[in-house]
Amino acid sequence: MAKTASPSARKARATGRRSPLASVSLLVIGLLATGGAYAMFTTSATAETSSQVTSMVSQGQKLFAANCASCHGMNAQGSSAAPTLIGVGAASVDFQVGTGRMPAAATGPQIAKKAVQFTDSQIAALAAYVASLGPGPAIPEPQYLTGKGNVATGAELFRVNCAMCHNVAGAGGALTQGKYAPNLHSVSAKHIYEAMLTGPQSMPVFNDLNITPQDKANIISYLTYLNKNPSPGGLSLGDLGPVSEGLFVWIFALGSVVAITVWLTAKSN
Amino acid sequence: MADQGTGSGTDVEKYDAAVPTGTGIVTSDRIENPGFEPVRLRVSELDPKKDKANERRVALMFGLSMIGSAGAIAAYIIFPIVPGDPGSVRTNTFLLGLGLALGLFGIGFGAVHWAKSLMDGHDLVEFRHGTRGSDATRAKAAEVFHLGNKESGIGRRHLIRNTLIGALVFFPLPGIVVFRDLAPAADPNQLLKFTMWKKGTRLTKDPSGVPIKASDVTLGSVFHVIPDGLNDLPDKLEQKAKAAVLLMRLKPEDLHVSKGRESWNYQGIIAYSKICTHVGCPVALYEQQTHHLLCPCHQSTFDITHEAEVIFGPANRPLPQLPITIDSEGYLVAQSDFHEPVGPSFWERKH
Amino acid sequence: MTVDTTAAAAAPATGESDLPPTTGTRVTNWAANYIDERTSISGLVKELGRKIFPDHWSFMLGEVALYSFVVILLSGTFLTFFFQPSMAVVTYNGSYAPLKGIQMSTALSSTLNISFDVRGGLLLRQVHHWAALLFIAAIGLHMLRIYFTGAFRKPREINWIIGFVLFILALAEGFTGYSLPDDLLSGNGLRIINGMVEGIPVVGTWIDYLLFGGEFPGTAIIGRFYSLHILLLPAILVAALGAHMVLLIVNKHTQFAGPGRTEGNVVGSPIMPVFAAKAGGFFFIIFGVIMLTASFVTINPVWLYGPYDPSPISAGTQPDWYIGFADGALRLVPPHWEFMLGPYTVSMNIIIPILVLLVLLALVAAYPFFEAWVTGDKREHHIADRPRNAPTRTAIGAAGVTFYGVLWAAASSDLIATHFMLTVESVIHVLQALLIVGPFISYHVAKRICIALQKKDREVALHGFESGRIVRLPGGEYVEVHEQLSDYERWKLVSFDDNAPIMLRPNKDGKITAGARLRARASNWFFEDRIAPVSLTEIEQQHHEHAAVES
Repeated sequence: MAKTASPSARKARATGRRSPLASVSLLVIGLLATGGAYAMFTTSATAETSSQVTSMVSQGQKLFAANCASCHGMNAQGSSAAPTLIGVGAASVDFQVGTGRMPAAATGPQIAKKAVQFTDSQIAALAAYVASLGPGPAIPEPQYLTGKGNVATGAELFRVNCAMCHNVAGAGGALTQGKYAPNLHSVSAKHIYEAMLTGPQSMPVFNDLNITPQDKANIISYLTYLNKNPSPGGLSLGDLGPVSEGLFVWIFALGSVVAITVWLTAKSN
Repeated sequence: MADQGTGSGTDVEKYDAAVPTGTGIVTSDRIENPGFEPVRLRVSELDPKKDKANERRVALMFGLSMIGSAGAIAAYIIFPIVPGDPGSVRTNTFLLGLGLALGLFGIGFGAVHWAKSLMDGHDLVEFRHGTRGSDATRAKAAEVFHLGNKESGIGRRHLIRNTLIGALVFFPLPGIVVFRDLAPAADPNQLLKFTMWKKGTRLTKDPSGVPIKASDVTLGSVFHVIPDGLNDLPDKLEQKAKAAVLLMRLKPEDLHVSKGRESWNYQGIIAYSKICTHVGCPVALYEQQTHHLLCPCHQSTFDITHEAEVIFGPANRPLPQLPITIDSEGYLVAQSDFHEPVGPSFWERKH
Repeated sequence: MTVDTTAAAAAPATGESDLPPTTGTRVTNWAANYIDERTSISGLVKELGRKIFPDHWSFMLGEVALYSFVVILLSGTFLTFFFQPSMAVVTYNGSYAPLKGIQMSTALSSTLNISFDVRGGLLLRQVHHWAALLFIAAIGLHMLRIYFTGAFRKPREINWIIGFVLFILALAEGFTGYSLPDDLLSGNGLRIINGMVEGIPVVGTWIDYLLFGGEFPGTAIIGRFYSLHILLLPAILVAALGAHMVLLIVNKHTQFAGPGRTEGNVVGSPIMPVFAAKAGGFFFIIFGVIMLTASFVTINPVWLYGPYDPSPISAGTQPDWYIGFADGALRLVPPHWEFMLGPYTVSMNIIIPILVLLVLLALVAAYPFFEAWVTGDKREHHIADRPRNAPTRTAIGAAGVTFYGVLWAAASSDLIATHFMLTVESVIHVLQALLIVGPFISYHVAKRICIALQKKDREVALHGFESGRIVRLPGGEYVEVHEQLSDYERWKLVSFDDNAPIMLRPNKDGKITAGARLRARASNWFFEDRIAPVSLTEIEQQHHEHAAVES
């Protein structure tokens, strides 16, 4: 229920201009809906929760044994091919499996994002199983993923902590030995949060004492802002900066200018 | 065009006949220039209808130009910038630019089309003169210099000539000296050798200035660090350009610590200068699995497990390490300043 | 040589006296008279009004640069009305949300205000920056055209040097302008300059200190660059541009070989009216291209970069394209090129790239004098060479372009790596190898291609071209008929300068000097593989044979 509330609010915002009252009333409706749903869910479903969790863990264990154990070991203890998963937490599983990085297809400098191999409920089951093995970062609370934080703070933190690898516009960049920091444009808020929290592959960990959950939410808000507002100047040329600008000027601007000089100096019929 | 039609030979060729040709071969066995091709008339010269059509086309383009310019003014007024809405900036920029571009293209393409299709399109000929002045002119010029010399006596009066040269040599020197105060009086060498880190300065988070506890720094973490109190300084950026630090935690067994540096890390927590020893970009790309630090400007790569030694790229020296420990409250603090100058190499670095 | 002027030169314009006097002509006449009586401008109009400019697309490239520069002046003037070149710290409170409340310099804050709070401000900023990129690109292409057609030869060596100075000034204008907004990207560019200057032996530390007015980044550099960017550099640039144009008029334009065209004439359109209309129209077209680009495509999104701060950096930090070759030179240096000279640090990882760039630029500036020395040719040259007809020059040019190109590519080594799924390390290693080997390969390939094309030209000039018509001979043999060229067509293929190596001869004292030896060797290098143009004798012989076969 909480999940369905936020996309509809986003849709309402996307339709364009509205009166200042509209946002306030929307906010009230959203809060009421979320809160109400949460209250209903917690009161009526407490009894079922524990049994649901156990069934999810056992389902996750089966999935793990079939899909992950060959590298990570039957008890997720790790092997020479893959690290241990004890204590990595549900957030790590949700990120790795939810972005299709796991199960890994081939070894290379880096395991890349690809088509997701499991359904949402299967991912949740896997995450529950791995979370049951030892304490680790949990899947983030939805309140941090709304994209409604302070974009200015988020932008500043992004420049200090993220831009050196992912580029100021989140376009990605090169690391050593063929590794790279991926483009962030189409990454969901939840996965960005989980990546900061767990530090997948080359990425360092940004624990909650380094970047607080609220600041993580601010960073996500900045990235959401960039996704929602196309570059004010026109096409962004992949946000790659002066290199793509230089290529553009040589190929398109100077190219069309040369074509015009040819026309201009050709004899008319 | 005064020379047009004077016929054969020009002074370029006459003059050139007398000068050395070097490697150039002059042969009498050369194929003769066949002269100009017969004139080919354009359709608009042959067909008055086409002529009229072209005229209309040119006028149409000039007309479009007016529409474009008017459109630009309209766009400026109709699509103003709404504060806080970058989309309105995009619309304003796009439509204003489009109108202006049409205004410009209309004039440009119209004028060129006019020149190409309607103006006299036949090639004309102009003769070249040798660039060199004629002998008579050169003699006159030489005479001017000769008279100048004679009347001023500059060639004769050595004392005047030499003192003038001396004066002209000395005159610009004050002009160089006055640039000394482009920078303050201090000696840059001393400034470059010290940063604001000193014993007991807390390591704080960039940009907030919140101090960092050792327990905050978990394995695989990286903190971008500034010295406590930096944000309050008037010369904040100058100090930051030297004092920025990267803080990481590795397993103590992964560190290869050299003699004398054993106490510089705190339980595997290490701090290195973030300023590249090549030309000073922030070396901020930390790979938590390989423990490599990469500079995004020129790809110098430093190995943190080996005290930031250079393993790739143009840098020469390892990043300087900041010795750290904890204070009584568990916050990370510097033991001292860096033990060597940070950042790019300079001539007097070790002097 | 006789030139048939009547065939090509149509009757000059009939003159305004034929037209019936209208109010318009009366006003024009009055104005012309008024101005001339006060300026004697009629002399200038008489002298220049019907000057001839030859038509070829590549002759327009310099104009592209000129017009881009005019656009830069216009848009730049607009920007100066809003831009504040100060590094005083303010808290941004404009309309771009992700920077609200952030501390930044006044320079960046005013740049953001131009972008987000002045209508058309962002457009004009983009016009200014795109025009700057096009300006330098057009200068580069213009220089390549001059080089590859030998248009730098006597009497144009001085204009080559002036053009070279213009190129350097354009680079300086570009770099100072790029730095002005004081954003994170350009600030890191200045940081690199700071590091490079500090690396200069003996005086580097002090020069850097004076340049930045204290420790990097200081609070002076933006204001200083602003003075250079809008006053000193443009003033010198405009003066040099004036000299460039005056010499262009004095020397007249080169032209390509063609029927009726000789070293002694210029064939083309007169300034009034055809060339003026074309060139004037072309200015508006160039302005239009820049305007269209600026309205469609973002350039230098300073709002993403944020204020300069010595700690953050963006992946893919690059300079504008024209400084790329310098950045690339820095990137290609292998590790550990620094050593100690007693107590002093010698940063060869910075000195060598600086020297390489200076030598490269010096070679560009000096080339016309070098070629003049090699050929010993003191004649004036007004017919532009086809690149194939000067194979060694073309090959040297190709080698130079390759060297520059590798340095330029190196400046985007990280983007090449991510976009082609390579490792940064391998990209750099390949480019390091190419920097050394590439120019030699290009040299030889270009030279072979030139000579092959020359041979092909000879073949076509002598035997005509394949007509595609297959004829069966009475004996049953099939042959393709070769069609002979017209005299006009042939002339374009055979009318080029022929050069041969200098013979080594004793001078008047009976000695062979080392200089003469060197020069003979250089001329041998240039011209030993020469393909001579088809001679009159060969053509006649060929015609005889042809006639014999046909009869």
